[in-house]
Amino acid sequence: MTDPEIPSAESSHILTIKVSNSFNALARIAGLFSGRGFNIDSISIGESERPETASCTITTHGDTRIVEQITRQLDKLVDIEEVSDLTNEPHVSRELALIKVAAPPETRSEIMQIANIFRSNIVDISPATLTIEITGNRNKVDACIGMLRPFGLKEVARTGMIAMPREYQGSV
Amino acid sequence: MSSDKVSTQNNTLKSDKNALGEDYCLELNGGEILIQALLDQNVEAVFGYPGGVVLGVYDVLFKNPQLRHILVRHEQGGTHAADGYARATGKVGVALATSGPGATNTVTGIATAFMDSIPLVVFTGQVPSSMIGNDAFQEADIIGITRPITKHSYLVKHPDELGDVIKEAFHIAAAGRPGPVLIDLPKDMLFSKGRYYPNRTPRFRGSYRIKQDASKAISSAAALLAQAQRPLIYAGGGVVSGNAWEELRELAYKTGAPVTTTLMGLGAFPESHSQSLGMLGMHGTWAANMAIQECDVLVAIGARFDDRVTGRVADFSPKSKKIHIDIDPACINKNVHVEVPIIGDVKTILPELTRLVPELETREWYREIEHWKATHPLRYQQSGDDIAPQYMIQKISELTKGEAIVVTDVGQHQMWAAQYYQYNHTRSWITSGGLGTMGFGFPAAMGAAVGCPGRPVVAIVGDGGFQMTSMELATAVDQKIPVIIAIMNNGYLGMVRQWQELFYGKRYSSSDLDASNPDFVKLAEAYGAIGMRAKTPEEMHNAIQQALQVNDRPVVIDIWVRKEENVYPMVPPGAAVHEMVDTPD
Repeated sequence: MTDPEIPSAESSHILTIKVSNSFNALARIAGLFSGRGFNIDSISIGESERPETASCTITTHGDTRIVEQITRQLDKLVDIEEVSDLTNEPHVSRELALIKVAAPPETRSEIMQIANIFRSNIVDISPATLTIEITGNRNKVDACIGMLRPFGLKEVARTGMIAMPREYQGSV
Repeated sequence: MSSDKVSTQNNTLKSDKNALGEDYCLELNGGEILIQALLDQNVEAVFGYPGGVVLGVYDVLFKNPQLRHILVRHEQGGTHAADGYARATGKVGVALATSGPGATNTVTGIATAFMDSIPLVVFTGQVPSSMIGNDAFQEADIIGITRPITKHSYLVKHPDELGDVIKEAFHIAAAGRPGPVLIDLPKDMLFSKGRYYPNRTPRFRGSYRIKQDASKAISSAAALLAQAQRPLIYAGGGVVSGNAWEELRELAYKTGAPVTTTLMGLGAFPESHSQSLGMLGMHGTWAANMAIQECDVLVAIGARFDDRVTGRVADFSPKSKKIHIDIDPACINKNVHVEVPIIGDVKTILPELTRLVPELETREWYREIEHWKATHPLRYQQSGDDIAPQYMIQKISELTKGEAIVVTDVGQHQMWAAQYYQYNHTRSWITSGGLGTMGFGFPAAMGAAVGCPGRPVVAIVGDGGFQMTSMELATAVDQKIPVIIAIMNNGYLGMVRQWQELFYGKRYSSSDLDASNPDFVKLAEAYGAIGMRAKTPEEMHNAIQQALQVNDRPVVIDIWVRKEENVYPMVPPGAAVHEMVDTPD
């Protein structure tokens, strides 16, 4: 595509999807991305306000045309009730990570200070490790992991982003 | 109001059960619900093949001969036949297969239907629910295998769900942009009792929801088109599946704009009409391809800017502003950027557009078009005793008076059949356009013949493709299906050979079939079909005429054509459309 009217710059997008709560639906979503060569940066899915429906958040990247294709192709799936691109709307997004970091007595207090700065919780302790639970947007989680990396990451598990639009969209 | 009343009365007269309303319920086992629901969907024919886990269904079929079951000889033929039936009739095609290998054999047929947006409901057997995932005998995860090539699929675990699932599946297959739906039926579900509510309409989940009002886009399109000096209508398969050929004609006649159709859209506009440019694309006519490069407003209707149409996409139709009418929002701006997208049903949008557009001043434009038509017509040499493949198609066109349903495989014969048969009716041209499936032609022709009894059906196939599904001769003989199979026999995989000649230094690697081809006449006779051979124009003429008289069995005509003929014009791979190569003189 060389059309000048289509911006070709790649950017990140946050898509939220209301989808019927079944494994087949999740497989269809994932299969659509792999089959059509779209990117998934993160995906998270769980029950929504109604038990028969799941709420799924996908972060992806691509140029405008690609992201438009992604939302339209998703929208065609029978299991999907609604697809929204929240990227340019006011929204709240969060990610949770569990970070198990090497923490012998000599570095333990320093790690606890860092955990404190990020307002994260220490959820497990052993003579050689600490496990930190952190919640925030992706940058915050990335920053926290970055700060802890020099101490020796033992294990990291991230949920991927979840997001929803802000209800009050006017100015305060 | 009044029409509602009439239809209610009719329904009441038709059957007592309708008077009982939505609560009317039948206690049946899963297999019985399946057959009853198919009858309630007015299904005329099921193309199927039995096997272990679906024997319960076949037992119900045995007791219900009013539902016609056509025993194919391979499940691929079953899905292709259901597909051909759907394309010829506009109804939903139905296929049935057992679990495991039966189910996996349907895959090529499902993918073919998916690529060409054909409504199918395919039923597959599945191992008992308790054994799913245990690598049981004849188990395959057919839902998983077919996920990328179906609009939707269901694993039905309880017979209570089956009735509603079937209703929803038929709805989804046909709604919006049509496509195949798969229903997987575990063996235990088919045997257990459940409730079937024939009169209940489930809340259909739509894969197709028109979200915006198209009227603003239609006015923009009309304003754009009104200024056009070199307008062109580019009509695709969506006009056929949307049953909008009359609406297309009205737009074309009112504006005077020339019309080119895609491979899938052949027949949507009468090729005998002076506004017709024939097919465009890789093997399209010179005039159509030049017109698409030179037009100033391009109206794409139910077409998807496929790579075989656009050629090198960066140089496709560079001078035009584009209007794109399509029912599938995902088709908009997928391959080519358009100025005015209109999302919705062509059948309702075209009349609104026609109402708003004036007659256009196109005399200059037609002078250019007539020049292209005159200087670069479709042409070939027919002389002496050998048969030019193009002449074979023209002869079939002539002897069937353009009234046959023509079904093809994929390759050179397909392109010549597209170029040289004159299509004046819609749903009279059936071909695997998107997936390009060899072996599609003959079984799809059987399906078309089942759906349209009384119309001549000609499968034009190559000697290569026919051998992929020739076992269906047994089916056609068994069911007395009068299909003419015209084999364009050049002893080669012709299109492969053409590419090898032009782009691979004439190294004919694995494309020469001559020495190993069977005697197609004897093959036909072995199945109880009629076999004929034609090596000269006169023999061909006589054979086709004889074949058209047969109405109780298939006829195979083995037509020996000139061996090393190429299809022209041709847009070479990677070239822009106007860089096409014309017939060398």
